Amino acid sequence: MNRTPNNNKIYRSAWLLGVLAIGMFGFAYGLVPLYEVFCEVTGLNGKTAETAAEMVETTLDSGREVKVQFLGRVGNGMPWEFRPSTHEFDVTVGQANVTEFYARNRSARTVVGQAVPSVSPGLAAEHLKKVECFCFTQQTLEAGEETYMPVKFYVSDDLPAHVRTITLSYTMFKVSQPEPTSSTNHLASLVGMSP
Amino acid sequence: MVAHAEHIPHRSGLAAFIARWTLTTNHKEIGSLYLWFAFTMFFVGGAFAMGIRLELFMPGIQLVDPSFYNQLVTMHGLIMVFGAVMPAFVGLANWQIPLMIGAPDMALPRLNNFSFWILPFAFTMLLSSFFMEGGAPNFGWTFYAPLSTTYGPDSTDFFIFGVHMMGISSVLGSINVMVTIFNLRTPGMKLMEMPLFVWTWLITAFLLITAMPVLAGVVTMMLTDRHFGTSFFSADGGGDPLIFQHVFWFFGHPEVYIMILPGFGIASQIIPTFARKRLFGYNSMVYATVSIAFLSYIVWGHHMFAVGMPLWVEMTFMICTMLIAVPTGVKVFNWTATMWRGAMTFETPMLFAIAFVILFTIGGFSGLMLAIVPADFQYHDTYFVVAHFHYVLYPGAIFGTMAAVYYWLPKWSGHMYDERLGKIHFWTAVIAVNLTFFPMHFSGLAGMPRRIVDYSLQFADFNMVSSIGAGLLGLTQLFFLYIVIKTIRGGEPATDKVWESAEGLEWTIPSPAPLHTFETPPAWPIANVGEHQEDSV
Repeated sequence: MNRTPNNNKIYRSAWLLGVLAIGMFGFAYGLVPLYEVFCEVTGLNGKTAETAAEMVETTLDSGREVKVQFLGRVGNGMPWEFRPSTHEFDVTVGQANVTEFYARNRSARTVVGQAVPSVSPGLAAEHLKKVECFCFTQQTLEAGEETYMPVKFYVSDDLPAHVRTITLSYTMFKVSQPEPTSSTNHLASLVGMSP
Repeated sequence: MVAHAEHIPHRSGLAAFIARWTLTTNHKEIGSLYLWFAFTMFFVGGAFAMGIRLELFMPGIQLVDPSFYNQLVTMHGLIMVFGAVMPAFVGLANWQIPLMIGAPDMALPRLNNFSFWILPFAFTMLLSSFFMEGGAPNFGWTFYAPLSTTYGPDSTDFFIFGVHMMGISSVLGSINVMVTIFNLRTPGMKLMEMPLFVWTWLITAFLLITAMPVLAGVVTMMLTDRHFGTSFFSADGGGDPLIFQHVFWFFGHPEVYIMILPGFGIASQIIPTFARKRLFGYNSMVYATVSIAFLSYIVWGHHMFAVGMPLWVEMTFMICTMLIAVPTGVKVFNWTATMWRGAMTFETPMLFAIAFVILFTIGGFSGLMLAIVPADFQYHDTYFVVAHFHYVLYPGAIFGTMAAVYYWLPKWSGHMYDERLGKIHFWTAVIAVNLTFFPMHFSGLAGMPRRIVDYSLQFADFNMVSSIGAGLLGLTQLFFLYIVIKTIRGGEPATDKVWESAEGLEWTIPSPAPLHTFETPPAWPIANVGEHQEDSV
């Protein structure tokens, strides 16, 4: 084997490529937060604002109507019944609307829930402004307790013209430990899998 | 494939045999190990395919229960991709790259041994899952979450560690290839003078080093999601199942090119030899390969058009995907231009190379159709997709490998294969491939979904034709095995040059290739290249 003269070069380039491979392993993990950031910047993922919007009543009544649909489902291991009381209605762009979601704790224990909203199409998410929403805080229901939770929202008038229907979907997740400050839906602290 | 063992002393019989093959650091012996391993896995994966096609011969559920059918589909994909195609190309790289660049061996011979010997363990682990409670993985080779996380069988963990091991094997093998090419070229050989097989493998190795760790990352996330309470892919804990698809296809699309670029290189070696002309557009071939590799990293979204991405994202992925047709078109044009007015003869390697060009182009065209967003909404998850990727993989990767084996086997074994048997193999294979996969275009366009054990009556005829073709295709490959063994054991002695117009350093050494070659670097450029014709395009 006549590779003595450039042995060091061989080992150096092999290690460099090895580091590249390890770097790419890290990059795979990096893709997860990158994807989150990308979606946040571009508004692609249908994520809505995490805090209440201010109501801006427009004086102009454009007369434009869009259909808003509501969905409610529960996450894994969540013993609640959870559904919208109305499945859909037409709203006038720029005007405030109120609807309600029904929830009932079917278990024999007190359960804390956190609703996470998602809007489809994703690009409509930033135009659906929630003035008041049960998803901004955690909800606690005693065993067997039921409740109606209001959502107050409006569709801002800069909604792209091609959007005719908006779907607002909530998934109610079980929170094992109630958060001390229940102001955000900071998902990393939720563990919904344990019974 | 390699003859002489005289350098390993003092062991008898079986012990000597085992010691020789497990401890070898010789690139030719490791190349043979890779090729035989790939050939074995090809038949294992092929047996699964036979099971699938037998079940689909008629509508209704006859032979296997749906869950086992899903396991067959999953394992067929995994074994063929990671067990057959990739090791076969690594085997060819091991044999040929040192011979083609005038190196005495791979740069890191012991690492080379390690990379190979990981594989049998990885695949034993993967295949053993068939015998476990709950059965083998059943979620398709793309193992989408949550099928593979929340709902995966217990054996999924064996699958995960199997993927880790084969990933380590590929990455180490690729590091070896790149280091060899960068450091051990014979003095004077510039990068832009390297044979195209070496060039395409250099780029493939780069893709492997950058893509395989991403696959390792995604299966590690699966593992921690399954057992350690993380929630990368579970919305319950703040994750997103879609992230799985993004990360998986970020690996998956480069993987597609990993499985075809060495085939491009093989065609670029073989076609000039039998057209008796220099390859048309060498430089553009290299640049085309580099641009395909680059584009492969920015098109992953075209696998996910149906998940609900905004229009502008789909448009971006669609346009980038269609851009790939440009460098690929350059390649097909160059191969055709190489054959144009050449003094062509049609020995078996050339036949396989021409079939490669034509049938791969058909697969490329159906790929273009799939790249069109609105059309993809109809084709998505149908047999049209199955037809597409089998057209690029079977006549692409597999025919490419077979062309390479016919082309270089005389150099490896010292014997010519039987040309008549080779031609019979080629013609039955090319008919069987089309019989198997062409009808899938029609059943797919008519709406037959992929990965189902049973189907509606209107797809019955197409599926019966496909199944008959698949049976014939399986038989032709057993025939190929017979031809390879027959050639290794004897036959007309091969000359050193083997083919009349073959060019390159590998043809300057004796046939069969001695165990150790180029211990002193050969002269470059090869002397008396001038006796070969000056060519004119």
